[in-house]
Amino acid sequence: MSSEVTKDGMQGRRPGRDATVGTDAGRGRRRKRGGEQPVVPDAEFSSYYGLPVLNAPVWHSREIAGYFFLGGLSGASSLLAAGAQLTGRPALASRAKIVASAAIALGGVALVKDLGRPSRFVNMLRVLKPTSPMSVGSWLLAAYGPTTAVAAAAALTHRGRRAGTAATAATAVLGPLVATYTAALVGDTAVPAWHEGHRELPFVFAGSSATAAGGIGLVCAPLAQAAPARRLALVGAALEAFAARTMQRRAGLVGEPYRQGRAGRLMKLGQLLTAIGLVAAFAGRRRRVATIGAGLALTAASAVTRFGIFEAGRQSVADPRYVVEPQRSRCADAADRAG
Amino acid sequence: MAWNLRPDGVSDPASAVGYESPPGRVGFFTDTSVCIGCKACEVACKEWNHVPEDGLRLTGMSYDNTEGLGADTWRHVAFIEQRKPLGDQEPGQRDELRWLMSSDVCKHCTHAACLDVCPTGSLFRTEFGTVVVQEDICNGCGYCISACPFGVIDQRQDDGRAWKCTLCYDRLTVGMEPACAKACPTESIQFGPLDELRERAAHRVEQLHDAGVADARLYGHDPNDGVGGDGAFFLLLDEPETYGLPPDPVVTTRDLPAMWRKVGLAALSLAGATLVAFAGRRP
Repeated sequence: MSSEVTKDGMQGRRPGRDATVGTDAGRGRRRKRGGEQPVVPDAEFSSYYGLPVLNAPVWHSREIAGYFFLGGLSGASSLLAAGAQLTGRPALASRAKIVASAAIALGGVALVKDLGRPSRFVNMLRVLKPTSPMSVGSWLLAAYGPTTAVAAAAALTHRGRRAGTAATAATAVLGPLVATYTAALVGDTAVPAWHEGHRELPFVFAGSSATAAGGIGLVCAPLAQAAPARRLALVGAALEAFAARTMQRRAGLVGEPYRQGRAGRLMKLGQLLTAIGLVAAFAGRRRRVATIGAGLALTAASAVTRFGIFEAGRQSVADPRYVVEPQRSRCADAADRAG
Repeated sequence: MAWNLRPDGVSDPASAVGYESPPGRVGFFTDTSVCIGCKACEVACKEWNHVPEDGLRLTGMSYDNTEGLGADTWRHVAFIEQRKPLGDQEPGQRDELRWLMSSDVCKHCTHAACLDVCPTGSLFRTEFGTVVVQEDICNGCGYCISACPFGVIDQRQDDGRAWKCTLCYDRLTVGMEPACAKACPTESIQFGPLDELRERAAHRVEQLHDAGVADARLYGHDPNDGVGGDGAFFLLLDEPETYGLPPDPVVTTRDLPAMWRKVGLAALSLAGATLVAFAGRRP
C-alpha cells in the first residue's frame, strides 16, 4: 500500500519516517579513491561553530553585582550595629544602622531597575518557592528592608527606643542571611563558574560582606570605636581569601575564568585593595585619615570582588568549553564506573 | 506544590504537581536523520505563535540563520557540514561529506530548572507535562535564562519578558498537534504521547544501526538523566555538543538543598566573625 493524503491526514505507509541515511550513498559511483583528504584532524572538543551552549545571563553587572555588594554591606553592617549597641559604642551602632538601611534601599532599587518589567516587581511576592533563591530572597528583603529603616530611624531621631532595639535585633538575625543568600542565587544556575562554586561561594560572600561592613565602619566611626570594624574586616578578608582559593582549586577547568580576562583582573584588584586596606587599617590605627583611606579601600575591595565573580560567570558561559568539557568527563567517569 | 527538589525519575510530572487526572504526557521526538533543513518548523512556529522576526541575515554558518534558540526562535534548525562518511559510504571517497541537520526546541524537562527558579510562578507545569511561561505574570527577572541547562529560554529585548516554546499549549488543549510537527514534511518532528515516542525512537535507532549508521543515538530519552528525561528528545547522528547541545545536563536545583545548608553555615560564620570582632579588649 502506498501513502495517500486525505483530509484526515496521511494514510498507509509513511516512507519518509523510515528512510535510512546513507544506505546507498556512494554505491555505483566509485570513480577513484583518494581525492580530497581532511586537512584539519577532528578536534577532541567539538561544538556548534564555537557558539555558547547556554544563553548568556541577562542581568546587568552594575545592578546585580552592585546589589550583591550592597546586600552584603547591609547585612554585615546590621551585625556590626547590633554588636556595637551591645558593647556600648553608640556612634558606631547608629552609623552602621544608617549604612545598613541606605545600602539595602539602594540595592532594592537596583533589583527593580534590572527587571525586564520593573512595574511588575510586586509579582515577586506572588508565591513563596524554596526552590527559587530569588523568591526566598524577595521575602527576606521584604522583611529585612523595612526593619533596617525602623532601626535607622530610631537611631537618628532618638525616639522609639524599644522599637529600635527590637528592629536592631531582628536585622542582626536577618542580616547574615541577606548577605549570603545571593551566593545560592548565583550557584543555583547552569552558569559553570557559579554553579561549580556553589559550595564555597556562600563563604566568599560572607567574608566579602564582613570586609565591606568593616571598611565602612572604619570610615564612619570615631577612632575610639573603630576597633571592632577593623577586626571584622580582617576576619572577613581571611574567610573570603580562603574560601575563594578553595573554590577555584576545586572547580578545576571551570575555575579558569576567575583568573582570566576582565574577571581575573577584577579578582586580582580586589585582593590588592584588601591587602592595602588591611595594612593601612592596622598600621594607621591612630590616624583618622589613614583609617578612612583603609576603610574605603576595603569597601571597594568587596565591590570589585563581586563584580569579578559576576564577570567570571559571564565568561564561563561565553566559551562552550566550560559547559561541555566537565560534562564530557562526567560521562566518561560514569562509563568507567559502569564497565 | 509546583516544584520537585529531587530528580528521582518521576515519569509523569503533571501528576507529580497535583493534576488529578492529567491527559498523559506528550512531547516531541525529533528524528534528525530525516531532517532536510527546510525550516518549515521555524516558520510554522513563528506564524502560529506570533513570534517576532529576529534578524534576516546570513550567519556564514552553513545555511543556519538563527544561530540558536532564544526569545524569538523557538525552533532552531542547525546545519553541520562534516568530512565524515555517511552510512555505508567507503572512507576516502571524494564525496565523503555529510550534512547534519537538526531542529532544536525546548526540552520540556521532567525536572525543569527554569520552572524551579521562577520567583513569580509565571513558569508552570501544564496538564500535558509541558513547561509554559505565563506572559501576564512574568516580570522579566531573567533567572530562568541562567538556570536553563540547554540555553533555550531568553529575554525578548524590546519586551523585557522571558519567552520560549509552549509546545503549542493552545493547540494541545483543542486536540491539535503543535504547529512545527504539523508542518514538518519528512516527519522528522514527531508529536505524541511520550511513552509511544520513546518506543518508536528505540525501534528507529535499531533500524539505523542495522543500516550501518553506527553514529545514530538517542539524546534526552533517558528518564534517569540529570533532568529526569526530556519531554522533547532527539535522535542524533553525532555527539550532542556538535549540535550545540550539552552532553550531560543536570538540573541545577538538584544541588540546591546543599546550597541552602552552606548559606546557613556561611551566615553563622558571618555572625561568628562579628563575635570575634567584638571579643577583643574594650578601649
